Amino acid sequence: MSVTVFVVTRMIGDPVDILLPLEATAAERTRFEHQLGFDRPIYVQFGDFISHVARGDFGDSLWQHRPATEIVFEHLPRTFELVIPAMVLMVLLAVPLGVIAALRPGRLLDRFTVVLSLIGLSIPQFWLGLLLIIVFSVEFRLLPPLGLGGVDHLVLPVVTLALPAVGRLAMIVRSSMIDELNQQYVRTARAKGLPYSRVVAVHALRNASVPALTLSGWEFIRALAGYSVIVETVFNWPGIGFLAIQSIDRQDLILLQAIVFFVAVMVVVVNIGVDILYKVIDPRIQMA
Amino acid sequence: MSDDLRPASDHLLEVDHLDVRFFTRRGEAHAVRGISFTIDRGETLGLVGESGSGKSVTSLAILGLIQLPGKITGGDVRWKGRSMLGPVGEKYAHKIRGKEMSVVFQDPMTSLNPLFTIGTQIGEVPRHHLGMNKKQARERTVELLDLVGISNPQQRVDQYPHEFSGGMRQRMLIAMALACEPEMVIADEPTTALDVTIQAQILELLADLQQRLGVAVLLISHDLGVVAQVCHRIAVMYAGKIVETGPAEGVFSHPGHPYAAGLLRSTPRLDVRQARLVGIDGAPPDLINPPTGCPFHPRCELADQRCRDEMPPIDSYDGGREVACWHAFAERVGAEAEA
Amino acid sequence: MDTDKRGTEITQREEAVQAEQAEELLRGRPYEVLRALRGALRELWGDKAGLFGLLVVLGIVFVAVFAPLLAPHDPAQQDLSKSLLPPFWYGRGSLTYALGTDSLGRDVLSRIIYGTRISMFVAVAVVAVAGVVGTVLGLISGYRGGRTDSIIMGIVDTQIAFPGLLLALIILAVINPSANTVIIVLAINGWMVYARMTRGVVLSVRQTPYVEAAEMVGCKPKRVIFRHILPNLTSPLLTLGVLEFARIILAEAALSFLGLGIQPPQVSWGLMVAQGRDYVFSAWWLVTFPGLAISFTVLGVNLLASWLRVAADPQEREKRFAASISGTAGSVA
Repeated sequence: MSVTVFVVTRMIGDPVDILLPLEATAAERTRFEHQLGFDRPIYVQFGDFISHVARGDFGDSLWQHRPATEIVFEHLPRTFELVIPAMVLMVLLAVPLGVIAALRPGRLLDRFTVVLSLIGLSIPQFWLGLLLIIVFSVEFRLLPPLGLGGVDHLVLPVVTLALPAVGRLAMIVRSSMIDELNQQYVRTARAKGLPYSRVVAVHALRNASVPALTLSGWEFIRALAGYSVIVETVFNWPGIGFLAIQSIDRQDLILLQAIVFFVAVMVVVVNIGVDILYKVIDPRIQMA
Repeated sequence: MSDDLRPASDHLLEVDHLDVRFFTRRGEAHAVRGISFTIDRGETLGLVGESGSGKSVTSLAILGLIQLPGKITGGDVRWKGRSMLGPVGEKYAHKIRGKEMSVVFQDPMTSLNPLFTIGTQIGEVPRHHLGMNKKQARERTVELLDLVGISNPQQRVDQYPHEFSGGMRQRMLIAMALACEPEMVIADEPTTALDVTIQAQILELLADLQQRLGVAVLLISHDLGVVAQVCHRIAVMYAGKIVETGPAEGVFSHPGHPYAAGLLRSTPRLDVRQARLVGIDGAPPDLINPPTGCPFHPRCELADQRCRDEMPPIDSYDGGREVACWHAFAERVGAEAEA
Repeated sequence: MDTDKRGTEITQREEAVQAEQAEELLRGRPYEVLRALRGALRELWGDKAGLFGLLVVLGIVFVAVFAPLLAPHDPAQQDLSKSLLPPFWYGRGSLTYALGTDSLGRDVLSRIIYGTRISMFVAVAVVAVAGVVGTVLGLISGYRGGRTDSIIMGIVDTQIAFPGLLLALIILAVINPSANTVIIVLAINGWMVYARMTRGVVLSVRQTPYVEAAEMVGCKPKRVIFRHILPNLTSPLLTLGVLEFARIILAEAALSFLGLGIQPPQVSWGLMVAQGRDYVFSAWWLVTFPGLAISFTVLGVNLLASWLRVAADPQEREKRFAASISGTAGSVA
C-alpha cells in the first residue's frame, strides 16, 4: 500500500515543481529539494519513508506546519461518528427489507425494495445530501444543515451515507435469500416440518449472510474511504474525507500521504475482521 | 366437506386421482395425471419409473412441498383418512411432516445445511415435534446415529456435513427421517447419488430398519434392482400415470404392462449370457404435449388403433394385480423367455 | 390398401425432407441475427422497465448529439441582468429560461443539455479504454495462467480492495484535473472488473470438454479465443459495459462536484451542482435539475442493464415467467 502511495507521488511529475512557485530559481530548487530530502538516492528515500511510517511519522503538514499524524487523528473520530451509525442503520434496514422481499417476490414490499435500491444505485450521493438539506433544513426547518454539533446535526449526513448502501445491501440480501430458498437443504428443512419462520430465519438466512457480509464489509470500506469524502464535503463535516479534499486543494502531499496510509491500514483491519466473521459463520472456510 | 364424518380409513396413505401440473414458458406440463394408490401400515411400496415419469413430483405432492411453477391441480392426498390439501389440509400436513411421515431425499451432498452440525440438524426434529430439550435431543440423535450404523456417534454429533462421505450423509438423512418414529418414510432415490457398494449397504439398512421398526416405506426409484430388494409391492409409473401395480414377485415374474415388461427385459443380467443390451425403443413423451390415448403407445410393439385413441382404464386381475393396458399380459417375459 | 397407405407415407416423408432443405438454405447468420433481434424486441416490449431504460438511453444519446440544435441558449452566455431567475412556473420566471438561470445569468436548461455531451463522452471513453485494457489483460491472465495470472490477478485484487475514490484523489492531487485526466483516472479505476470477468469466462470455457479436445488436437490459442471464448464473452461483456457506464456517469459527476473533474468553462452536471451549492437556500433549482438529470440518466441505464442481464440468461427468463403466470408479477432485478 505504502509503495503505491510512494510510487504514485514520485512518478507523476516532479512534486517539487508542483510545490514551488513558478519563479523559483535553480538555487531555491536545490535548497528545497534538500530540505525535503528529494536529492538523496531513491532507495534511501524509500527506506527513510518506511522507517518514518513505522513510527507513525509522516513529517509535518505543509499546510498546517504540525505533524501530519496529529492532524489525521484529530479528524478520524469525526468520520467514525458518521460511518458507524450509518453502517448500523444500513444493516437494520436492509436485512429485513431484503428478507421480506425474497419471501414475497412480486408483491408490494418486494417491488418497493427493488425500486428503492434502483434509486439508491442511481442518484448521486452528493445530490441526495443536498436534496435532504433542501427538504429538511430549508423547506421544513427541521434539521440543521451543516457542521458539527449535537445529535441532530448527525441525522442528515448519516442518512445520506446510509441510504444508497441500504439499497445495495437489500438487493444482495434479497437475491441471496432467493438463491438459498431454492436450495435442497431448505426443502429438507421444510420436509422436517419445521415452522417456515425458522427455516427462513435460521437455515436460509445464515447461508445468505455470507454474500451479505462481503457486501457489508465492502460498504464499510467504501463509506470510510470514499463516500465520506463526498458526504463530509456536502455537510462541511470535519472528518478525514473533508481533510483529504482540503489537502489536495492546498497541495499538501505529506498530509495526503498520511491520510491515505491510515485509511489503507483501516481497510486491512476491516478485511481481517470480515474474514474472522466468515469463519464464525461458515465452518467450511479456512483462513487464507 | 367435514372429514370427521368419514370413517377413519384403513389405509395409512391414500393418493386419490392426484393431478399435478407445471406452468412453464413453453406450455403446461402435466407431470402427474390422475394417479391413485394406497399404502398400509408396515407396507413397502416401490414407485418405479424413468426420469420424467412423475415419481419424484408425486412424493413432493404427498409431502405438500410442491412449489411454483408447479401446482396440485386435482385429486386428494389423505393421511389416516384426513385430507392434506386445501387450507385446513395444509395445516394438518405441516403438523405431520417430519413426525408421522418423513422423507429421505436423493442427494446427500446438498440436502444438508452446510453451516450447522448434524447434531443440530437432526436434533431440530424431535425438539420441534416432541418438545425435547437440547440434552434429550442430543441423546436421541446419538441413538439414531447408532441405529443407522455410524460409528463413534458421540463424536460425530458435533461434526459438520462436509466432514463426512456421501454414504454416511445418506445414513444421517435416514436417521433424521426416523427421529420421531414416523409411521411412513418416503425414500426418493436414496441410492442414486452413491456408488454401488454403498448402495448395497444403504438398501440393507433400509430393509433392516423397515423390518425392525415396522415403518411403511414409499421407495421411489428408476432402478428395478433397488426396488426389488426392499419392497413388497410395486407401482410402475409412465408419463405421469400408473400403468401397473401389484406384489413385487408377481410383477417381476409376469409383468402385465408392456412397459414393465420392457423395463425388466432391459435390465442387464449377470446370470444369463446376453448378446446385446435390449432397450425400449423411442423416448419418454413430452409432458406438455402428451400422446393421445395410452401414453406408451408410440413405443409399444403391441400398440393398435385403440391404444392410440383411448386411454386404457385400470383393470384388476388375480393376485392383487392392476394393469392399465388394452393388451395386458400379452407378453410373456421372465426367466423362461431368455433361455 | 396397404401399399396405398405406404405410398402416401413415403411422399409425406419426401415432402418433409424437401421442406427441411429449403429452410436450411434460408438459414444463415443474417437470418439468425434478425430472428434474435425480433425476439429481443418482443422481450423488451414485455418488460416495461427495460423499455423505459432503452428509451432513456436513446433519448440521452439523441440530446447529446443534437445539443446545439436543442438548447435554447448558449450555455456559456452570461447576462447578469438575468441572474438567478427561477423556473418558469414561478412569477418571476419565464419560458425563455424554462428551468431558471444561475448567478451569472446562464440558462440552466441549456447547460443541462450541453452537459449531456461531456457525460456521454467521458463515459463512452472510459468504458472503451477500461473495457479493452481489462478484457485483454483478462484474456492473457486466463490463458497464460501460472505466474502471469497470479501477478495480474494480484494487482486486480489489491486494486479492488482499495477504495477507488481515494486512489483517484491521490492521482488527481498531483496532476491537474481536466476532462482527459478524469477519463484516465476512471479507466484506471475501472479495468479490473473486465479483467476478472474475462478471465472467468476463459477459464470456464477452456474447461469444457470440446475446447479441451480442440486444444489437445493442436488448435492455436488465437483460434480458440475467437471461435469459443469471444462468443461467450459478448453477452456478459455487454451487460457489464452498460452497468459500468452508469457507474461512471455517477463517478464523473462526483469528481466534478468535488472540483477534481471537469473544469469550467466546460459544463458538467456534477460541476453545476457544485456551482449551485452556494445557493441552496435561495435558488434550489440550481442544484435540483442537474441532479435530476444525473439520476434520470443513470436510472435509465441501470434499468437497461437489468433487462439485458435477464434477457441474456435463459434461466432468469424462465424464473420470471413462472412467477408472472402464477399470479405474482416478476420483479425487475
